[in-house]
Amino acid sequence: MTGVIRVLEYGFMRRALVAAVLVGITAPAVGIYLVQRRLALIGDGLGHVAVTGVALGLVLNRAPVPVALVTAIIGAVSIELIRARGEAFAEIALAMLFYGGIAGGVVLVSQAPSGSRNLNQYLFGSISTTSAGDLAMFAVLAVLVLCVAVGLGGALFSVSNDDEFAKASGLPVMRINLLLAVLSAVTVVVSMRVVGVLLVSALMVVPVATAQLIATSFRQTMAIGIAIGVVVSLGGVILSFYADTPSGGTIVLLAIGLFVATFLTSSATRFVRR
Amino acid sequence: MTSPVISIRDGQFGYGNQVAAQADLEINENEIVALLGPNGSGKTTLLKGMLGLVERLEGSVELFGEPLNEFEDRSLIGYVPQRQTAAGPIPVTVRELVRSGRLARKGLVRRRSREDERAVLAAIEAVGLADKAPDAVSTLSGGQQRRALVARALAGGAKVLLLDEPLAGVDQANQIAIAEALNALVSGGITIVVVLHELGPLESLVTRAICMDAGHVLFDGPIDTAPPRLLHLGHDHDPHGGDAGPVGMGLFKL
Repeated sequence: MTGVIRVLEYGFMRRALVAAVLVGITAPAVGIYLVQRRLALIGDGLGHVAVTGVALGLVLNRAPVPVALVTAIIGAVSIELIRARGEAFAEIALAMLFYGGIAGGVVLVSQAPSGSRNLNQYLFGSISTTSAGDLAMFAVLAVLVLCVAVGLGGALFSVSNDDEFAKASGLPVMRINLLLAVLSAVTVVVSMRVVGVLLVSALMVVPVATAQLIATSFRQTMAIGIAIGVVVSLGGVILSFYADTPSGGTIVLLAIGLFVATFLTSSATRFVRR
Repeated sequence: MTSPVISIRDGQFGYGNQVAAQADLEINENEIVALLGPNGSGKTTLLKGMLGLVERLEGSVELFGEPLNEFEDRSLIGYVPQRQTAAGPIPVTVRELVRSGRLARKGLVRRRSREDERAVLAAIEAVGLADKAPDAVSTLSGGQQRRALVARALAGGAKVLLLDEPLAGVDQANQIAIAEALNALVSGGITIVVVLHELGPLESLVTRAICMDAGHVLFDGPIDTAPPRLLHLGHDHDPHGGDAGPVGMGLFKL
């Protein structure tokens, strides 16, 4: 407890903890729909695309976060439109977009005045450098994402669960899928200071994967997933402070550790009950 | 005179430029229509064509007298897709699954009301799964999952039910349970269009047969006047034989 209090003495750590809570809530709240759609890795792809946005921001000497936001949204919409065409080349086109995103980022950042040093903060997270301005922007975006994810939860669930049935029911499936893609892009950007764009997908997927091991309903999975997201984000940030490790990697390893522990416990419980 | 519930005029449906089913027919209120034929005969494509789920290459489709693209009250239509399982990667309870069938009536934004919840429970009861409402769909048998999908289709207050192979891969007991549930709905005045490989326990329920092969309608009329060999066309085919059936046998229409 004293350790936690010591963490709170530092302004950058207070900001880091608030950012961690925002990410811990939003990433699983959006990720659950991606997992249900069997698109768990789409966040990973969006992270790759966001790299180009961050690099562009660094080259133009502008705040990388808003530029990354615009780039990730354009990437997300493009991915959804390509997927919706459902043609044979869709998978290859998506791969091109993902590789192009990270390649574009690497090439662009080589032209940035600060070099590639700053890019690493966004690739793997650097929560201690989160400014008050970043935090305010993340908070607004996170609230926006949550309002939409909860307010339109029924429609997002229906389309993620069975898009053919949703279409037959007259739901605007394409628009809802585009909305989910935009929500995912915003979540990637909100999370990039905390876990980094290359690890953001883990926080969208792993807490949900852990929750579904013990939950019996969609609603319960979302609630447990968010709780796990918050716990591992906060725990990872505090742990990284004391262990002097990168926050992104620490959070993700903690999340995976919790998944393994839950998996083993639930498997053992089922075995004993047989 | 009331409009047909579903009307297809010179309809051709398919994928890309490939026509997979063609038909010119009307489905009227209170009819129980079976779309019969072997695998690849175009019956699922025709059913999906009625809902706009596959590309319409030619002709027109009307629902309740309105062109398909302009038809707005989708809650009148209940669709049961062909699924081996209704469960996805995330646990979903029967009640949650069936609630998603209420969206067409409830709308995307409005909060769930008591009336919505009553309709959901009534739909679950109609398929005999009331005691399973809080259970995860993944814990149900294949047949029970199919019944949950029927409940989802009913939750919006559908007047027409379109079912794609609801009996495929379902054990005898659940086939009978599905037949009983549909029978009860028929008594309530619902119209049913059902894709079937074989009639099974629905035989006594079906009033009209539309027999298809190779994308064409070979027979369309009262089931008791259908040539038996057409009713059992599905049995003569290799289940993986695709469109290997006879082409251009001519149309029997009564």
